[in-house]
Amino acid sequence: MQTSTLSAAGHPVRFYDDGEHHPQQGTLLGFWIYLMSDCLIFAVLFAVYAVLGRGYAAGPSGADLFNLPLVAANTALLLFSSVTYGLAMIGMQHGHKKAVLGWLAVTALFGLGFLGLELFEFAHLIHEGAGPQRSAFLSSFFTLVGTHGLHVTFGTVWLVTLMFQVGRFGLTPENKRRLMCLSMFWHFLDVIWIGVFTFVYLMGVLP
Amino acid sequence: MSEHLNASGSHGDDHGHDNSGYHASVKGYVTGFLLSVVLTAIPFWLVMAKVLPSSGITALVVLGFAAVQIVVHMIYFLHMNTRVEGGWSMLALLFTGVLVLIMLSGSIWVMYHLNTNMMPVHNASEMRNMP
Amino acid sequence: MFPVQDILKLVFGRLGPDAIPHDPIVLGTLAMVTLGGLSLFVAMTYYRVWGTLWRDWITSIDHKKIGIMYIILAVVMLLRGFVDALLMRAQQAMSFGDNTGFLPPHHYDQIFTAHGVLMIFFVAMPVITGFMNYVVPLQIGARDVSFPFLNNFSFWMTASGAVLMMISLFVGEFAATGWLAYPPLSGILQSSGVGVDYYIWALQIAGVGTSLSGINLIATIIKMRAPGMTMMKMPIFTWTALCTNVLIVAAFPVLTAVLALLTLDRTVGTNFFTNDLGGNAMMYVNLIWIWGHPEVYILVLPCFGIFSEVISTYSHKRLFGYASMVYATVVITVLSYVVWLHHFFTMGSGASVNAFFGITTMIISIPTGAKIFNWLFTMYRGRIVFDVPMLWSIGFMVTFVIGGMTGVLLAVPAADFVLHNSLFLIAHFHNVIIGSVVFGMFAGINYWFPKAFGYKLNAFWGKCSFWFWLVGFYMAFMPLYVLGLMGVTRRMSHFEDPSLQIWFQIAAFGAVLIAIGIACFLIQLAVSYRNRGQLRDVTGDPWGGRTLEWSTSSPPPEYNFAFTPVVHELDAWHDMKQRRHQRPVAGFKAIHMPKNTAAGFVIAMLCVVIGFSLTWHMWLVAGLFFVLVLVTVVVHTFNYQRDFYIPADHVTEIENLRTLSLAAQA
Repeated sequence: MQTSTLSAAGHPVRFYDDGEHHPQQGTLLGFWIYLMSDCLIFAVLFAVYAVLGRGYAAGPSGADLFNLPLVAANTALLLFSSVTYGLAMIGMQHGHKKAVLGWLAVTALFGLGFLGLELFEFAHLIHEGAGPQRSAFLSSFFTLVGTHGLHVTFGTVWLVTLMFQVGRFGLTPENKRRLMCLSMFWHFLDVIWIGVFTFVYLMGVLP
Repeated sequence: MSEHLNASGSHGDDHGHDNSGYHASVKGYVTGFLLSVVLTAIPFWLVMAKVLPSSGITALVVLGFAAVQIVVHMIYFLHMNTRVEGGWSMLALLFTGVLVLIMLSGSIWVMYHLNTNMMPVHNASEMRNMP
Repeated sequence: MFPVQDILKLVFGRLGPDAIPHDPIVLGTLAMVTLGGLSLFVAMTYYRVWGTLWRDWITSIDHKKIGIMYIILAVVMLLRGFVDALLMRAQQAMSFGDNTGFLPPHHYDQIFTAHGVLMIFFVAMPVITGFMNYVVPLQIGARDVSFPFLNNFSFWMTASGAVLMMISLFVGEFAATGWLAYPPLSGILQSSGVGVDYYIWALQIAGVGTSLSGINLIATIIKMRAPGMTMMKMPIFTWTALCTNVLIVAAFPVLTAVLALLTLDRTVGTNFFTNDLGGNAMMYVNLIWIWGHPEVYILVLPCFGIFSEVISTYSHKRLFGYASMVYATVVITVLSYVVWLHHFFTMGSGASVNAFFGITTMIISIPTGAKIFNWLFTMYRGRIVFDVPMLWSIGFMVTFVIGGMTGVLLAVPAADFVLHNSLFLIAHFHNVIIGSVVFGMFAGINYWFPKAFGYKLNAFWGKCSFWFWLVGFYMAFMPLYVLGLMGVTRRMSHFEDPSLQIWFQIAAFGAVLIAIGIACFLIQLAVSYRNRGQLRDVTGDPWGGRTLEWSTSSPPPEYNFAFTPVVHELDAWHDMKQRRHQRPVAGFKAIHMPKNTAAGFVIAMLCVVIGFSLTWHMWLVAGLFFVLVLVTVVVHTFNYQRDFYIPADHVTEIENLRTLSLAAQA
């Protein structure tokens, strides 16, 4: 039921809608903004690494410790996982639940592979006496790379949960929104990794 | 998060489409993937094979490749463009980028000056040998 | 099989019977709080409010209820923070020469730390969040925020942080490091007790709430505006809310990261801010102020918004220079990220760095100056009504300008070398924060109270409160400027020079006047409640407002608007009144609303346990509860049935009541 007065030109001026107004969904924008805030957390960790990253405290440096082929392998795993997640999203667009679940499973495996290699690397460093307590450089290294790893861990838990939810309830609008949010999250983690392997590993072995 | 539609999703689909702002394609992901591979392989090679003469230049080049690869990821994987969410996504990204730059460069500049003035040794190479 | 001591250690960490302090002041407070708490509990049980409390408030996802709860939290914490202030003023007024006062240094240090943390994180932040939560959806013609469940969760996380701080008063101790806890003093070697850990976890938990709230309000303002409300037709308070929340989302991650690094130093033994092994404590100062400076703009911008609304309403004139106000706010938002070093000019970064930041600091004062002129021009040739909110606004303009000018003085690095960490600095920031945030809080409360509760606040007690606050503030803080110029350092609990004492005594008296002002405010609340019949607001628009919140009943129905307003001009409600809009009286439809939920409250309370157990090194409990939180979150995501419809006839019933009451007024 519209209510109105007449404007100067004689056309009715509406001051109220007809009850059909639906506010826009804010989930995707809201999640993107959250990712931006997460980006700033990483920015702080990068800044700390930039400032303290040469504080070797007469201990081992990046050149002494970093295993670049291992890092290259990890980079490949994460990159593959981004592509497989993308393929899951294409499946979602076409409404193919099985394809979505399949590609999500592959993504999870790549993610777990990444985490496994990273834990192996950390364990090795600690075993060598190059743990996070050794120097400011190592504290910054473990925190920055570790925080990224923690994010990948949470992402994987979320991914597995979504697999259950899509498996049980199907590709509902709510689940699709969640898949899109996780998609942003997952690719974002790959973006951060670009920063990590460049700034920490590649630049870290340079004299 | 907030659902203003019920689980049957009667008018949810329209909104879902309005908001996605993109249509992913296999071609897009493959392009992004191949570009990323190249943009990753070259920096690794430059560093591992010690190709360039100075480490300063290597660092800058490698950072440059990272910046380009980030843009590749933004376009091909995150489907970033000026139309998503009415341009607000892009605005948020640019604002965040500016802040990251300020925080990083500001911290490095400030801390370099503080360290130079306030730390006991002035020689950077002696710093790494200090316990 | 396992030795009892080991099991006890695993479960209880370093918590033991010696955790209860022996200090008589603390024990006295504990007794009073226990008594008061018990009486409240008994009264609530007697009047059978628990059910209503749970159903209508604790589990509510309604932005209006959540906004009110934030402000109630803020007012309660204001009382504790102010008691800290009285204790400090009393100590400093008497502790000269042989008289050491009644607060030993270690206790005094905890008091000034708690005072700062409480006032900034648990008074100022909740109060502005409360206002933004309550008002913004109404001003933009929306029914709620974008993420109502997250909103509820955010409030309870803030409340959890406050709960941890209250627990710290009676179990263990609080940080004695100052409100920003600089290392190495806050590091594990120099603060090995639980104080800094309480500090860290209270802030981290509350910080999660604040950050989520920031995301929520940005999405709300961008996505949920009424049709026709373009960005440049948004109310000015909504604009300041948008910029504030951008600042929140962009600044709080820095605080989260820095406190996490400090935690790692304290718990795991990393070397970020230690004196050895490559650590650099100056990096903490650098990072914490990268957060800290935007934080003060987070506090101030919403208050600028409140004053803009109040001044234009009570001058019966539209806001002068709306566009320039918007630009000024956006400029302040961006510039607030390039001034942070002015908080540590004296740390030694040298002339070029100091000069750069000194200049940017001076530049940032300009947009604020522009705002002052706009407010004055709004008042000029308006038909001004000096109701209580308007008094606070005028008080703000004078007070904030003085405080701002001392800020520009401090922006000169050479001057700051003399005045840094002196009482001049204390006077400056209290000048600007009280002038803007506290005065804004009282202006906002008096302005929007009728909207929220359906009756106005008693004007007489409101004016009493204002005058006692105003005179009390100047008496309490002007002497501090004098003392600071004479070289007196901050955070001292004892002095040797007796010539300083008179200034401290004047300041203490000022604090007492402020205390009376606060008492007047509490009396105002009680008297208004008692006389609410006579003070009732039947039209929903007691002040002749200009923005959409005044188009609803007082209080608004839970769905805010039966039909979403369509906006044509700035000051949409004023426009609607001018053009004699007709309020719809029939044809109401069912309204889609989110359901209440207990999940936010439950998760937040679990976080209290996590924070407490991490503080006391009760690792097993912490780990267990963390898993519990994760499980609760995951289980919550399996709940897809989160909304319902208010039936059309229920809406019709409510709207008919309003039609009747409006007709009775006419």
